[in-house]
Amino acid sequence: MSCSSKETHTVVVELDLVVHRRRVVAEGVVELTLRRQDGAALPSWEAGAHIDLVLGPDLVRQYSLCGDPADRCSWRIAVLREHGSRGGSAAVHGELAEGSQVGVRGPRNHFRFEPSRRYVLIAGGIGITPIMAMAAAADDRGADWSLTYGGRTRASMAYASDLRDRYGARVDLRPQDEFGLLDLDSLLGEPAGDTLVYCCGPEPLLEAVEKRCAGWPRGALHVERFSPKEFDAQASDHPFEVVLARSGRTVMVSSGQSILSAVREAGVQVLSSCEEGTCGTCETTVLAGEVDHRDSLLSEEERAAGETMMVCVSRAACAKLTLDL
Amino acid sequence: MMPTLDDDPFDDAILTDPYEFQTRLREAGPVVHLPKLGVYAMGRYDEVRAALTDWESFVSSRGVGLSDFAKKKPWRPPSLLLENDPPSHTGFRAVMNDVISPRTMRTLRAQFAKDADELAEELVRRRRFDAVTDLAEVYPLKVFPDAVGLRPDGRENLLPYGALAFNAFGPDNAHARRAFAAAEPVLEWIAESCRREALSGTGFGASIWAAADRGEITPEQAPVLVRSLLTAGVDTTVYGIGNTMYAIGTHADQWADLRDNPGRAKFAFDEALRFESPVQTFFRTAPADVEIAGTIVPAGSKVLLFLGSANRDWRRWGEDAGTFRIDRDAGGHVAFGMGVHQCVGQPVARLEAEMVLSALARRVARVELDGDPVPKLNNSLKGWASIPVRVTPA
Ligand code: FES
Repeated sequence: MSCSSKETHTVVVELDLVVHRRRVVAEGVVELTLRRQDGAALPSWEAGAHIDLVLGPDLVRQYSLCGDPADRCSWRIAVLREHGSRGGSAAVHGELAEGSQVGVRGPRNHFRFEPSRRYVLIAGGIGITPIMAMAAAADDRGADWSLTYGGRTRASMAYASDLRDRYGARVDLRPQDEFGLLDLDSLLGEPAGDTLVYCCGPEPLLEAVEKRCAGWPRGALHVERFSPKEFDAQASDHPFEVVLARSGRTVMVSSGQSILSAVREAGVQVLSSCEEGTCGTCETTVLAGEVDHRDSLLSEEERAAGETMMVCVSRAACAKLTLDL
Repeated sequence: MMPTLDDDPFDDAILTDPYEFQTRLREAGPVVHLPKLGVYAMGRYDEVRAALTDWESFVSSRGVGLSDFAKKKPWRPPSLLLENDPPSHTGFRAVMNDVISPRTMRTLRAQFAKDADELAEELVRRRRFDAVTDLAEVYPLKVFPDAVGLRPDGRENLLPYGALAFNAFGPDNAHARRAFAAAEPVLEWIAESCRREALSGTGFGASIWAAADRGEITPEQAPVLVRSLLTAGVDTTVYGIGNTMYAIGTHADQWADLRDNPGRAKFAFDEALRFESPVQTFFRTAPADVEIAGTIVPAGSKVLLFLGSANRDWRRWGEDAGTFRIDRDAGGHVAFGMGVHQCVGQPVARLEAEMVLSALARRVARVELDGDPVPKLNNSLKGWASIPVRVTPA
């Protein structure tokens, strides 16, 4: 792997990368290898990192890097085709052929692989992508590690046989149609000292793992919520109507648009700051209707009560919402 | 070639009126070298915002002032929030998000409103008052320490402590030296006040200690988190409310708008934060070479982010970026920062300002300056020591 260039993190500027190779690695999963046009070095990354693919003006999706960090000339991601997706995965599957160009930002790492002597790695479905890089890192570090990898069927599990070939008995493949749900009780039943647990996969798996790890030392469990927002968003990103009770107006919120922007377009002032559901500035009283909450602030009880919502990210779970605006 | 500016942005002329310099900074380029300080600076909205949200390329753990913690021991144990990075930052931030959550904010509203009404009542009765020393310094210093659960005696230490912390982010100039010279008794009182025993059984302080009881943080970390509230929660809102009063006092038509619609007080405050940002600057450190719009800022550099300048960048706010207009959509300004370090006390500051401004708007027909405002200089904060005003009751 010889490509020379000074090591830099790139911010602000988007990289223009080319799809160097595209191959199907499991049922519904394509792997893309991305490179710079001139083959020069890419920014460095570590296990757990992801990149943003800029697939359209309002379509940015995150994918974990799953290749080898030592390969400085190319990045590898694997993307699952989501049924009913009108967003990221459809764009990747439908439009990114070998030779296509794509805007990329990153890499970033919100799922750092911290040093430890022992690791329990758990992956569900396409959640294998960051975990695969972690398995390689754990192996490099000479740590004691195991990987339990679940999926619907063997054919749907990307890289399953590669992993098994490379690491042998450390890797336990558990397709659901053969083995049922992962046996998390025996895997996580006893808290183990000196051990970090990393898990990535669908929400029910993460929740089950979090429950099992409640008795583990604080900081032992690390999970990555693998784009649940993206998937749910795709599923329920339907257009709806918002009645602004105080201004006496009604606005349509189209799919892919936020309530905040629709209300602003109608000329009604709304306070906002982060616009990603983390600061609480745009909290708005809900007078009628069901909310699809997508913020990171409200408690379960508050969500259920549905009296208030963050209009920068949350949407309607019904055809018509009435807000105190 | 990277553009260079020969100014020291911490000299008194620029601290007093930063806007002419900030215009030159923005127009010079997306990133500019400041050889006097040996740092790089950014003043345009897009780059400042991108740098704030990119905590990996622009770390905070080496200090958010000029001094690089990797080279020089910090003057106090580093903040677990402000001067920290993920992953270590994440858990502490989660604790604080729980302490200051939408739920806790709801419980504070009634008390904040009552205190605001009482103060507004009294100020309107007086007709002439100082919008800083009688209002902006009085209201936050009442409601915020109460919300934290601080004991009543010694609260006069809070303003000097905030001034010290914010001056300390700048170079070792007269402002920093003056602040440090008077620091000792203040620091002692602050340390003392963060202890569990010194805090009331309810309030932000007690909630932080409760997190220690649950094992989410250690008992050694709890007072450091309480300290963060005291560093960041007082001066910032004092300056913010003062700056709003200044903006309104110098834009008569804007008060008329507010008087007719006291419900718009929150927008007035948000626009004032954009127009004259209390926290003007923060530093970050680039741990590796970083490319910004085609130029490389070398590894180990300190990068000075001009929040106040980003908030007046015409590229983001349009040709009237330098105008105070409360009907503006100021959402997305970076006065509270952005990304993982965005001000955790933001909802408290907003609630304070909303309550006190709307209490005045309901009682006051007109606000006019009643003498020359006196600026208050600080290495990181922009605001006023005195704003004499005269009000006409509604
Ligand atoms: S703007 Fe921050 S939560 Fe909506």
